Amino acid sequence: MKKTSRRDFIKISTLGVGGLTMLNPVLNWVPGFMPKEKTPVDESKAKRFPTFCEVCFWKCAGFTYLNDEGNIQKIVGNDDDPHSNGRFCPRGTGGVGLYYDNDRLKEPLMRVVENGKSVFKPVTWEKALDFIADKMKIIAKKHGPESMALLYHASSGSYFHHMLEAYGTANAAKPSYAQCLGPREAAFVATFGAGLSSPEPTDVKNTKCLVLIGNHVGENMHNGYVQEVSDAIDRGASIITVDPRFSTIASKSKFWLPIKPATDIALLLSWIHVLIYEELYDKKYVEQYAFGFEELKLHVKNYTPEWAYTQTDIRPEDIRNSAYEMAKASPAVIIHPGRHTTWYGDDTQRLRAMAILNALLGSYGRKGGFYFPESKKVPEYPSPAYPHPKWTWKDITKPTYKGAGTGLANDLIKASLPNSESPYKIKGWFVVGTNLLTTVPDKSITLKAIQNLELMVVVDTMPMEITGYADIVLPECTYLERYDDIRSNQHRYPNIALRMPAAEPRWQSKPGWWIAREIGVRLGLQDYFKWTNVEEELDWKFKQMGTSLEEMQKIGVKVYEKHKPLYLADGEEYFFNTNTGKIELYSIDLEEKGYDAMPRYTEHKQPDDQFYRLIYGRAPMHTFGRTVNSPHLSDLMSENTLWVNPSVAKIWDLHNEQYIWLKNQDSVISSFPIKVRITERIRHDSVYMVHGFGKTNDKLSRSYGKGIDDTELITNVKIDPIMGGTGMRENFVTFVTKNPHQKEQNA
Amino acid sequence: MKEELFVSGRNIPFIDPVLHIWHWQIPLYLFVGGLAAGLIFFSTYFYLTGKEKEYPIAVQVAPFLAPIVIVLGLIALLLDLRHPAFFWQLYTTIRFDSPMSWGAWTLGAVMPLSVLWPLSYLTEIRAYFDGKNRYIINLIDWIFKMMKQYWIIEWVYKLSIEYRKPIAIVNMVLSIILGVYTGILLSAFNARPLWNTSLLGPLFLVSGLSTGAAAIMWMAKSHHEKIAFSKIDLILIGVELFFIVHLFMGFLASTAVQQEAAGLFLGGEFTAVFWGFFVVGGLVFPAILEILELYGFKIPISIPAFFILFGGALFRFIMVDAGQITRYLY
Amino acid sequence: MRYAMAMDTKKCVGCSDCVVACQTENNVPHGFCRDWIVENVDGTYPNLEMEIRSERCNQCEDTPCVRTCPTGASHIIEGGIVKVTHVECIGCGACIQACPYDARYFHPDGYVDKCTFCDHRVSKGQDTACVAVCPTKCLYFGDLHDENSPVSKILRERKWKVNAPEAGTKPQVYFLI
Repeated sequence: MKKTSRRDFIKISTLGVGGLTMLNPVLNWVPGFMPKEKTPVDESKAKRFPTFCEVCFWKCAGFTYLNDEGNIQKIVGNDDDPHSNGRFCPRGTGGVGLYYDNDRLKEPLMRVVENGKSVFKPVTWEKALDFIADKMKIIAKKHGPESMALLYHASSGSYFHHMLEAYGTANAAKPSYAQCLGPREAAFVATFGAGLSSPEPTDVKNTKCLVLIGNHVGENMHNGYVQEVSDAIDRGASIITVDPRFSTIASKSKFWLPIKPATDIALLLSWIHVLIYEELYDKKYVEQYAFGFEELKLHVKNYTPEWAYTQTDIRPEDIRNSAYEMAKASPAVIIHPGRHTTWYGDDTQRLRAMAILNALLGSYGRKGGFYFPESKKVPEYPSPAYPHPKWTWKDITKPTYKGAGTGLANDLIKASLPNSESPYKIKGWFVVGTNLLTTVPDKSITLKAIQNLELMVVVDTMPMEITGYADIVLPECTYLERYDDIRSNQHRYPNIALRMPAAEPRWQSKPGWWIAREIGVRLGLQDYFKWTNVEEELDWKFKQMGTSLEEMQKIGVKVYEKHKPLYLADGEEYFFNTNTGKIELYSIDLEEKGYDAMPRYTEHKQPDDQFYRLIYGRAPMHTFGRTVNSPHLSDLMSENTLWVNPSVAKIWDLHNEQYIWLKNQDSVISSFPIKVRITERIRHDSVYMVHGFGKTNDKLSRSYGKGIDDTELITNVKIDPIMGGTGMRENFVTFVTKNPHQKEQNA
Repeated sequence: MKEELFVSGRNIPFIDPVLHIWHWQIPLYLFVGGLAAGLIFFSTYFYLTGKEKEYPIAVQVAPFLAPIVIVLGLIALLLDLRHPAFFWQLYTTIRFDSPMSWGAWTLGAVMPLSVLWPLSYLTEIRAYFDGKNRYIINLIDWIFKMMKQYWIIEWVYKLSIEYRKPIAIVNMVLSIILGVYTGILLSAFNARPLWNTSLLGPLFLVSGLSTGAAAIMWMAKSHHEKIAFSKIDLILIGVELFFIVHLFMGFLASTAVQQEAAGLFLGGEFTAVFWGFFVVGGLVFPAILEILELYGFKIPISIPAFFILFGGALFRFIMVDAGQITRYLY
Repeated sequence: MRYAMAMDTKKCVGCSDCVVACQTENNVPHGFCRDWIVENVDGTYPNLEMEIRSERCNQCEDTPCVRTCPTGASHIIEGGIVKVTHVECIGCGACIQACPYDARYFHPDGYVDKCTFCDHRVSKGQDTACVAVCPTKCLYFGDLHDENSPVSKILRERKWKVNAPEAGTKPQVYFLI
């Protein structure tokens, strides 16, 4: 091998005219002559602290490494962690940016009126917390503590949850339910008697066939899931992707079925038809575990692939062949339930159809299908029983949405409206780590509700759209600067993880546990916070679980032994937690509640002339709208683009990189323009953008005004009658090529 | 439809969407390098062939420009460096593979010798500028004054006259190296398809000589000398045009990336400026003027000379700019 | 020893983890990168093909960047890794012009910077930061002279290509197809 090495260079010294070469090392020592180069961290020597990621809900465990100057340098996955297997995703790796972002909330802010204008004034923590506690006491007296609600999506939510339950309210909701995975939870509860929870117990690692209905794994960067899909590709598993967009995973699929949007149930029913009428389903499994097969058979009789073709644009042979592919792999096949499933309002039924397919293929509780997950119970730190609230979110939601499994953010917001006819009225919000204005569609309702609140506290790390409406903004420190409650999620093996600070909180930011506790103490709830420091509380809990804070600070993740098998044994008796104790192909529970016992296909609206269906999705380098301002992650993707099919671009004379505005069916115009990307990857009747951009808070220096926020254009919300989810995919947009805001500026 | 895009990363300053790390400095440096090479070459060549009397301006006067433009080039080169304070690193090593290293050393050698050569003609240069340029006269007078004060300067001056012939030989060799080098610098970068041709070296050499000849022609006093360099220029322009035609024929017969590179000049964004301003304005038009002059038409020699010099400079700016656009990927 | 990398275009989802992991590992300044993701789409809806590649310096066998460096700042170390000694770099840009992959850039501090195959890690037997982090495990690294290294094995098993072979630099980053 020929190799050049530096020794081959002819240095002057060897020519006998040395001197200058000698100067090199000398000059390099002259201070300031060269900017000091930062050397990479030596992992074997560097200080590190265990953490689990807060950039998304997957909560991967890892270690935060400090550099020689003692500052946070990087985050690396913990090899023992089943969520990450030692590999963080780009958002987790770029998580350091959340800590270093100088746009962060720095001090408590209080809304005051100065010269007739509402402004935020920095106040001390004392003052802010006293104000909140006083207001809460007044609200409790005036309306009862039940009228306080917690809207959250962050780890520290658990301490606020605790504080508010001690205060006397159980009204809490995460947008991740009714705006995201609620329908699949409701559908799986109705079918198998158990929800899926997170991380989903899909045995992708061992599957032979993975079926994705609009699920864009790889663009959703749900770490362990992506890792297992990659392994599946390596193993040669076949992937079937149903998506109107040529998603990343579609490009890696054996079958890509470019479906006409909003017709998924037609395809699913025809698949069921093929499996049943061509007798490809798992007969033994269905016979032993399923209820309502004959009813289902009759129900799908007319849902032939030929019929489905008329609805979906997918050719009958493709429908059949993909069904055969699933049957061939059965039971090692997964019709993946996905996560963001609130699309068209009949979402629980769509997910029911998917659950039924899984049942017919015998994949639930089978290797390569769905495994039975296990988690470690975290004991509660001793404290008195919570007071019993007079009413809860159930009284608000359950009469209408009988299948709702948790509080609905959108319903609690509605209960806060001034004209709410319900006797259950919400008067105060704690908003912790969620930007309601971009997570809950139709923000006009949210804004109306906010106007009617007597107290609105926002706890966050970043200025967001929602922070602008708070009475009090409390700056929480990032996950790299704080302890949080123990992570104990389900997985193949029960496991727990610790998050601990790797740095002091920047500016005046404080950890959530401290904030919740301080408010609790001010409310006279000391008995519920007998610990003074969270380390004390965590240590107590860890000790109950056979470890200690000290040990966890070293190892970060502890994996426990299993107590039950991953899969059903052959012919094993199994009780499903449904009315019949069986997998309900025909749902007694839904029937009793007044819903369809089996999924039906209804046609949905298709775009009018000159309008295109607005499809949104994720990018692997961002989580919702929470990371677009992060220094590292905005470097990777600083704005979203609008995917437009070339044929559409031709009609509208659009060109690549052109900035345009969008107008939806309700004449709502986007605040900002978006860059056009002309691509074959999207159908001609739809446009696509990544969710989470178009920030309207100008305090966000890297993300303000970059791209369009899709939520802004989602004003037609299709509510799921079963669980109250907010279907967001029946919104249509048209293009505005001239700045529609110009006139206002000139006026 | 084919689509290629960066999902993330890139968009690096001066590299994306197209490379643009060399601005005006390098083309200017290449231009003055070629010009200096031309001036020194003709001067030393006609001296060594005994035509000093025939072409006094070319041999004795014109080379005084060389060290001046070389200094300009060195300044430009220095300004191009992102670490100019470290320029001396160039002289800690000789790297025969690196045209940059080559060029640094060549210039390092040319610089003193290009001073030494016109120094021997200081009296003649003074005579040429007498009554023409006060500043140059003052400068030369100052040099003479210095000689009286510092023996070493006088010693060098005397040396330059005494060893005129060996100095001329060394200078001529160096001028050829310098001329060739200005072309090779670019063609050494295979990664830029436009530069990746062996024709570029000769083309730059000829172009450099032609600018040198144009400068001499401009300065020349006698009709004989003017006509002589006008003829030389005509031949050089002819050779240049021949090379240019071959350059594009070569590109079009080559790989896809080189065809693409040629496309920049054949319908692409550089078409007008290259063919219009350089080939027509900088070569064909002055050539026609020179031919007309040879046939006795009265044309101020400064006009074709100016256009040739302008064309020579433009050519280098175009080649450096366009070359950076051409690439293998993306 | 001859270090090389193989990148599986069939598994890569273009998440860009390699890009950001490199930045936090190697203190790459904001707005710059040592590796990047390219997406190629071909065809007409719905008959489409897509290839995603994670690209970086190819650590070529035949190195025009090292050849054109006038000071010797660009050099080759053990295993064929091309490095730049920052204090010897004058920032002339010759190596940037010489690289057909545009894998080098001017660091804001004035020197030329590029992928180092994380020599500080691989010399200790670790994987490079990008390989170690990749959630899809689509990056393979190792010594081509060791037939049991991950990269040797995968190159034996799979079809591969390299970027711009016609540039004649003998690149050592292989793309599995």
